Amino acid sequence: MDFDLNEEQRLLKESIDGLLTDSYDFEQRKKYMKEKGGWSKAVWGKLAEQGLLGLPFSEADGGFGGGGVETMIVMEALGKALVLEPYLATVVIGGGFLRHAGSDAQKAAHVPAIIDGSKTLAFAQVEKNSRYDLFDVATTAKKKGDGWVIDGEKFVVLNGENADTLIVTARTKGDRRDKTGVGVFLVPANAKGVTKKSYPTQDGLHAADITLTGVEVGADAAIGNPEDSLGLIERVVDEARVALCAEAVGLMDESLKTTVEYIKTRKQFGVAIGSFQSLQHRASDMFVAAEQARSMSMFATMASDFENAKERANAIAAAKVQIGKSLKFVGQQSIQLHGGIGMTMEAKIGHYFKRLTMIENTFGDTDYHQRRVADAGGLI
Amino acid sequence: MDLAFTKEEQAFREEVRSFFRDNVPPDTRRKLVEGRHLSKDEMVTWWRILNKKGWGVSHWPKQFGGTGWTSVQHYIFNEELQSYPAPQPLAFGVSMVGPVIYTFGNEEQKKKYLPRIANVDDWWCQGFSEPGSGSDLASLKTKAERRGDKWIINGQKTWTTLAQHADMIFCLCRTDNNAKKQMGISFIVFSMKSKGVTVRPIQTIDGGVEVNEVFFDDVEVPIENLIGEENKGWDYAKFLLGNERTGIARVGVSKERIRRIKDLASKVESGGKPIIQDAAFREKLAACEIELKALELTQLRVVADEGKHGKGKPNPASSVLKIKGSEIQQTTTELLMEVIGPFAAPYDVHGDDGSNEAMDWTAQIAPSYFNNRKVSIYGGSNEIQRNIIAKAVLGL
Repeated sequence: MDFDLNEEQRLLKESIDGLLTDSYDFEQRKKYMKEKGGWSKAVWGKLAEQGLLGLPFSEADGGFGGGGVETMIVMEALGKALVLEPYLATVVIGGGFLRHAGSDAQKAAHVPAIIDGSKTLAFAQVEKNSRYDLFDVATTAKKKGDGWVIDGEKFVVLNGENADTLIVTARTKGDRRDKTGVGVFLVPANAKGVTKKSYPTQDGLHAADITLTGVEVGADAAIGNPEDSLGLIERVVDEARVALCAEAVGLMDESLKTTVEYIKTRKQFGVAIGSFQSLQHRASDMFVAAEQARSMSMFATMASDFENAKERANAIAAAKVQIGKSLKFVGQQSIQLHGGIGMTMEAKIGHYFKRLTMIENTFGDTDYHQRRVADAGGLI
Repeated sequence: MDLAFTKEEQAFREEVRSFFRDNVPPDTRRKLVEGRHLSKDEMVTWWRILNKKGWGVSHWPKQFGGTGWTSVQHYIFNEELQSYPAPQPLAFGVSMVGPVIYTFGNEEQKKKYLPRIANVDDWWCQGFSEPGSGSDLASLKTKAERRGDKWIINGQKTWTTLAQHADMIFCLCRTDNNAKKQMGISFIVFSMKSKGVTVRPIQTIDGGVEVNEVFFDDVEVPIENLIGEENKGWDYAKFLLGNERTGIARVGVSKERIRRIKDLASKVESGGKPIIQDAAFREKLAACEIELKALELTQLRVVADEGKHGKGKPNPASSVLKIKGSEIQQTTTELLMEVIGPFAAPYDVHGDDGSNEAMDWTAQIAPSYFNNRKVSIYGGSNEIQRNIIAKAVLGL
């Protein structure tokens, strides 16, 4: 039983915290948002230089062989600084598919380019009616010769606007809500038949709705078994959920810190408003919520290595519930305690609130995961 | 970071668990499961079994009979004890006055009191709260005046838990009226059999008698019964309250209760099927389990931190444990109420000592719900805990 970071992990934390302290204050972030694509290629380059884009890949694949704890450290730091760059989409999710099921040729084609920062990825999964069910896929992949023809519509594809390669879930057989028959395909973003409608998201990131019309890819486009990849999708999305939990912890830490600083300095009735007990108790409850979230983020990080898929899924679902509840409370109360200024775009707290809020609606919300835990018979 | 228990720790858990299986009197366990109160004899019998095994005062220093366990071992022991369930050691002796005596007492006091605390030869109670001094404990008025080789004690304590069984009391008394309120308090111990001590039971909303008022009317106490220095009692009280941290969340208690909820909810019907199959109920239960899991992890973080960096100053994170721990305990009793529905109503006029076995044990569920409202009030109310977090952690 040990909750401390080891020496290497401490150094990793120092290195990413240092990088972001230097290059990611709130004013710098505003500039990055205005760059083409909505994030900074220079910062992405720095993340690559420090090896952070290669973190979870095995040494054989040119990475650093980092595990769940290393990703947790990075995601927390990215959350704390409200980072815009597509680490989740590219390294955690895209990288996850390649690490868990990519063929040697697929890895050779994509991993080095991820690690050196020259390529980003996007996960095209959400459909009009799928909501949070990963198996609910209407997009089809039909055999044509050796390869596949993909048709369908995907929505809210994070980094979909900028990605070089899309990872698309598509059905190779069965009906829309069947649990078998779902495959995962690598599709070049500029492939013929791919059209995109891009837009910024509420939290300042960028996404796209993507239509695939008769998109032809080769046999080598399928990651894993094209007829039965739900297990793979669940595994990678679970890792994404764990990463989001860690990002949310970083966001909550910074929200709480910012809010406490604010109520220490904001004066009304001749005193700092932080001297009022009702506000002190609210801030204390925010601390409790953030600590409970941190505990479950650690639990989820540990659980992502569970071999038993059911236990892993249940533990991570539980973590997403706790994070969802905590982030809603911390986020909303951060705005409340800031008062009017919290409602403005110029104060940074609102931007944290918006990112937290979007995390709740990504890869399953509190109700969705609570139902999963209940259906699995609970945790005790 | 490695959140798994080591092989040694897992073996330790098995050892503890099998000891409880073999040694907790079955009737004692059953009564705890059913939420009944135990008789004094039943509790003392179990504590002596525990003490004979060498686990009665597990967290004390070795020279006074402790075990030398790691923080994690203590955690495991507590969790297993709570979730078996078996009666927890009498906190007033083992966790409160014992550590004060071995830390601040003189040699004679150590020799005289510690072995008797360990074997529960003396049942101790705590004389802290007064009618006018609850959260503002330092305003207490019970007076100890020095007269020759005696203290003369006058005043009143209240909420004195299980004072009806007690042989000894440790008492905060005002010994200097002129000093700042925290600086004029002394820590004095004496026999509850002393002349001038009157115990009046207080019936609580669950119908039980757990707490008492205790009156002191010219009680004569030998001068050597002062622990530590005169007028330093407030420091010892703070030490005492910050000392017992790992059990405060009572994770094991809530785990045991969740198992009981599941057991009962798979038998009691709602809408023609067991209520556990009702989606709304099941999700509420899952929500509680998730909160409990988070609390367990938070507690382990505090435990691991203690193990690594020593106990030192009380960790303000233990306020998180108190707040969440009490809320979850209360939620579990609410869920039990929900499970039994209309059968929450029958009231056992014979009380909950188990004397009336004919009464369906579900009769204890509502009292347990009522009784558990106390857990967010005692030990520093949850509002006081929020004050502590605001000051000690957030710097407000």
